[in-house]
Amino acid sequence: MKGTNLGEFQELVLLTIGTLYPNAYGVGIKDEIRETTSRKVTLSTVHAALNRLEKKGLITSSFGEATKIRGGKRKRFFTITAYGLKTLQETRQQREQLWNAIPEQVFNVNWQV
Amino acid sequence: MKNKSVHPPKWANRLLEWYCKPELFEDLQGDLYEYFERNLEAKGSRRARFNYVMDVLKFFKPYTVRKLEILGQLTQFIMFKNYFKTSIRSIGRNKLFSAINVFGLAISMSVCLLMITMFSEVKNYDRFHADHDRIHRVTNAQKYLNNEPNLFASTSILAGRRLKEEVPGLEAATIITRSFSADAKIGDNTFPFNAPWADNDFFKVFSFNLLRGDATAALSEPYSVILTDETAEKFFPGQDPMDQTILMNEQSYRVTGVVEKPPFNSHFKFSALISFSTYEQQQKQTEEDWWLNWHNMWSNYAYFKLDKNTTIDQVQARLTSIADDENSRQGQTKIFLSTQALTNIMSGPDLSNQLGESIGNEALWILGVLAFIVILSAGFNYTNLSIARSLRRAKEVGVRKVVGASKKQVFTQFTIEACIISVCSLILAYLLFFLLKPLFLNLSPEMQRSLKLEHEPIMLLYFLLFAIVVGISAGFIPSLFLSRLRAIQVLKDASTTRLFSKINLRKVLIVVQFTLSLAFIISASIANRQFKYALNFDLGFDTENVLNISLAGNDPYLTKAVFEQIPEITDISMSSHVLSTGNRYANQAKSEDGLDSATVYLSQIDHKYIPLMGHELLAGTNFVAKDRVEKEETVIVNETILNKFKLGTPEEAIGKVLKFGPTNSLIVQGVVKNFHYATLDSEIESFAFRHQPQNAQMLNLKIMSENIIDTRRKIEEAWLEFDEVHEFRGSFYDDRIEAAYSEFEVMFTVVGFLAFITITISALGLLGMGVYTAETRLKEISIRKVLGASEGSLIRLLSRGFMWLLLIASLIAIPSTYYLFDSVLLSDQAHRADIGVMELILGVMVIFVIGFTTIGSQTWKAAKSNPAQTLRSE
Repeated sequence: MKGTNLGEFQELVLLTIGTLYPNAYGVGIKDEIRETTSRKVTLSTVHAALNRLEKKGLITSSFGEATKIRGGKRKRFFTITAYGLKTLQETRQQREQLWNAIPEQVFNVNWQV
Repeated sequence: MKNKSVHPPKWANRLLEWYCKPELFEDLQGDLYEYFERNLEAKGSRRARFNYVMDVLKFFKPYTVRKLEILGQLTQFIMFKNYFKTSIRSIGRNKLFSAINVFGLAISMSVCLLMITMFSEVKNYDRFHADHDRIHRVTNAQKYLNNEPNLFASTSILAGRRLKEEVPGLEAATIITRSFSADAKIGDNTFPFNAPWADNDFFKVFSFNLLRGDATAALSEPYSVILTDETAEKFFPGQDPMDQTILMNEQSYRVTGVVEKPPFNSHFKFSALISFSTYEQQQKQTEEDWWLNWHNMWSNYAYFKLDKNTTIDQVQARLTSIADDENSRQGQTKIFLSTQALTNIMSGPDLSNQLGESIGNEALWILGVLAFIVILSAGFNYTNLSIARSLRRAKEVGVRKVVGASKKQVFTQFTIEACIISVCSLILAYLLFFLLKPLFLNLSPEMQRSLKLEHEPIMLLYFLLFAIVVGISAGFIPSLFLSRLRAIQVLKDASTTRLFSKINLRKVLIVVQFTLSLAFIISASIANRQFKYALNFDLGFDTENVLNISLAGNDPYLTKAVFEQIPEITDISMSSHVLSTGNRYANQAKSEDGLDSATVYLSQIDHKYIPLMGHELLAGTNFVAKDRVEKEETVIVNETILNKFKLGTPEEAIGKVLKFGPTNSLIVQGVVKNFHYATLDSEIESFAFRHQPQNAQMLNLKIMSENIIDTRRKIEEAWLEFDEVHEFRGSFYDDRIEAAYSEFEVMFTVVGFLAFITITISALGLLGMGVYTAETRLKEISIRKVLGASEGSLIRLLSRGFMWLLLIASLIAIPSTYYLFDSVLLSDQAHRADIGVMELILGVMVIFVIGFTTIGSQTWKAAKSNPAQTLRSE
C-alpha cells in the first residue's frame, strides 16, 4: 500500500508533529522544520504534506480555540495517530536494520584521500 | 505594532474563499494570516501583502480546490431528458387530471393572451412620433363651486394661445379644433368632408408623415387644406392633388399638402386638416368673442413638445399660474389646467371630449385584474390536483431520493412537469385566442376602432415566457411539497395518506376559487340588471317609435318636405342632437341682471319637438311656429334652472329673462318637467331648449306603422333619392339609448364570459378533487357499505366536506361583492338599480348546483361500487 512507505519530507513533518506535541499546527511545523533542518520550506508544501498524511490516516487534526491573532481564525492542531506512530517506528527499524548492516570497513575508510 | 491596521489584500482573501474547500478554508486562511503578520513586522507591509498574494496563489492545488459545481449542474442537465420522459409518462397515465389541467389552463391562458396583446398594443399607441416622450397635451378640469371637477381632454383656444406665447421651454405647441364639416365640391363631384382645424406648428409637434408640401408653411395661410393620401386619391383620382381647389360652403380651399394616413396606433385620426387661420378669420368676421372665451373649452386641444431641458413640472407651474390669472376674472365655475403625456392618452384616466380614442386606465385595470383572477383560478386547479395526486407519486420521489436525488432535483423535476403542462396549454390557448379575438373586438364599435389585437412574432416569445411563468408558479407548491418528502417515511408506510391529511391548503384554494366564481356570477347579474334598468328608466319623455335621422348638412326644411310624403310618418320635428345618449352641448347663461351665471346644457329644436317627444310642460306654452329668419325670442327651460337663477315656481318663471351670450336675451316661455338629457351617471342640471330650427342637425320622425322595418326601408329609399352623396344615418331612439349604455352591456358580456370560464375551471377542479376523494376512500366506503351504510348516507358523508367549503365561499363572496358594487363601482352612478337579493341568491344557487352535481356524481359512483370487487384484492 501507498501508506506504508513514507516520503522523506513526510517523515520529517511527521516527526516534527511528534516533537511539537500537543501544539503542532501549520505555521509551527513549518518554523520547526526550518530551524532544525535549515531547509527553505513554504507553507503550501507543509500543508500539502499534512493533507496527504491525514488522508493516509497517519495524523488526525482538531480545531483549537479561536484567538485574536490569525485574524480570529482557529488553529488546526495535528497529532500522530497510532497507525502513524507504528509507521514511524517501522521506518526507523528499517533504517536501523540498514545502519546495522553497513560493514565496519565503510566507516574506517579514509575519505580524505 | 504600528502596522496593526494593515490587512492582507481583500481580493486575495476572496479568491481563496472562492476556490478553497470550505473545510480547509479556515485553517488555511489562519495560517496565511499568521504568516502575514510575521512578515509585516519583518519585511514591511508591501512585502507582506505580496507574499500573502503569492501564498494564496501557491495554495491553489488540487487538494484545496473545491469540486467544480458545474458538474452538479451538468447532472441536472443530463437528468432533463429523464424528467421530461417521466413527466410525459405521468401526464399520459393520469389522462383525466392532465386533461382537466391542460383544458383549464388553456381557457384561462387564452384570456390572458388576449390581455397581453391588448396591453402591448395600447402601450405602443402614439409611439411612432419622434420624441413621443416629450409630447404632452393640456387638459382641463372644470369645477363649479366645491363640486367634484369634471375632467376634459379639451381646453380653450385662449389657454392654447397663452401656452404658445407665455410658457417658456417648449420646442413647439399646436392648437387643434374640431371639427369642420361640409360638402366638398370638386368639379362635378361632391364628397362629405370632415376635418379638424390645426395650426401651422402641427408638424413641429407631431411626426405624421407629410408626403407633399412644406411642413413649415402648409397650414399657415387661411383656406389651406392638407389631405391624407387616402382622401387625395378619392378626391383627385389619378391627378396631382397639390394646389387643387376644393369648394366648400361657397369658399374655395387650396390643397397645400398631402400627409400619410395616420397609422392605426395614433390616438387621433383624420382624413384631412384645415389651417387654423381659416377658423380664426371666420370667427373674427362674426364679431363675437365667445371663441376666445376661457370657458369655450369643448372642442379645442393644445399639444406641445417640451425642450430637452424642460421638465413637465415647470410647464405645469406656468399653466397653473395662467389658470389662476384667468379664474380670478371668472364667476363660480373655474377651470384648471393640467397636462397629460401623449403616450398616456390611450391608457390614461377617463376624460370627456376626447379628440380620438381612449380606452382609459379604468377599463384596462378591470380587464387586467379579471384576467389575472381567471388564470389564478386555473393555477389553483393545477396546484390542488397535483397535491392530491402526489399521493401516487410519493413512492417515485422516495425511490429517486434513495438513488441519490437531491431536494433541488426533485423540485426541478416537478417544476418541469408543470411547465410541460402549461406549454401544452399554451398551444391550445393560442388556438382559442384566435377564436376569442373576433368575439372580443365585436363587443363594441369603440373596441373595433381602437384595437386590432394583432401580434408581432416577438409576442410569441412573450407568450412562451408567460406560459413558463404560469407553469413555475402553478407548480411551485406541489414541487416544494414533493421535494420535501422523506424517503424513508414514504417508502416504509404503505399508506402515505397520513402525510397528506394535514394539508389545509387545498381547502383554502377551493374556497378562494369558488369565492371568485361567485363574485363573477353576482357581478355579471348586477351589471345586467343595471343595463336593463338604464334601458327601462323613465327618462321623462317618450322615445318609442321615434326615428332620428342625421341631416348630414342638408337643409332641414327641404329634408322634412321629402319625408312628409311618407304616410307612416305621423309627425316630424327638428333638433340639434339626440338627447339622453351621452352627447351634451352647453353654453354660459346669465340672469337678467348679469349677476348669476351658470353652464346651461342646450338643445336647439323647432316648435314640434316638445309635443312629439311627449315632454310635460309644467307651466307656460310651447314655442310657436316661426320662420327661419324670424328672430329667436323665447326659451323653454327645465326645473333645475329655476333654482339656479332663483326664478321661483314654474308659474312665476314665465316671462322672466335669461341671457345667452352677449346678444340673446330670451324670455322664458315654458318650463318642462325635469328629464334626463344626459346618461344616467350624471345628475340633472340646468337645461334649456332654444328655438333655433335653422340649426337642426337631426330630424325626429314619429312613426305609426304595422311594419316598422318596412317603413324604415321606405324612409331610407326616400333619403337616397334626395341625397346621393351622404349615406343614410338613421336609428331608432331606443336603439340609440341602448348603444349609449353599451358599456354596461360590454361589462355584462365580459364578466359573464369570465364568470362562465371561472366556473368551468372551478367545476373541473372540483371534479378532479371528487375523483381523487372517491378513489382514495374507496376501501373505506366499501367497508362502510359492508357494515350496512346506505348509499344516501355515503354520498352525504363524502360530499359534506365540499359543501362546507362552498358555503364558506358564499359567505365570503356575497358581502364582499355587494360592498364592491355598492360602494366602489356603482357609487358614481347618479341613478342606479338596487342590488337585489335575487342576484345574490341566484349566484349561490348556481354554484351549489354545479358543485353538488360534480361531487355528487363521483361519490355516487363510489357508493354504488360493489364492495366485493374493491375489498377482494387486499
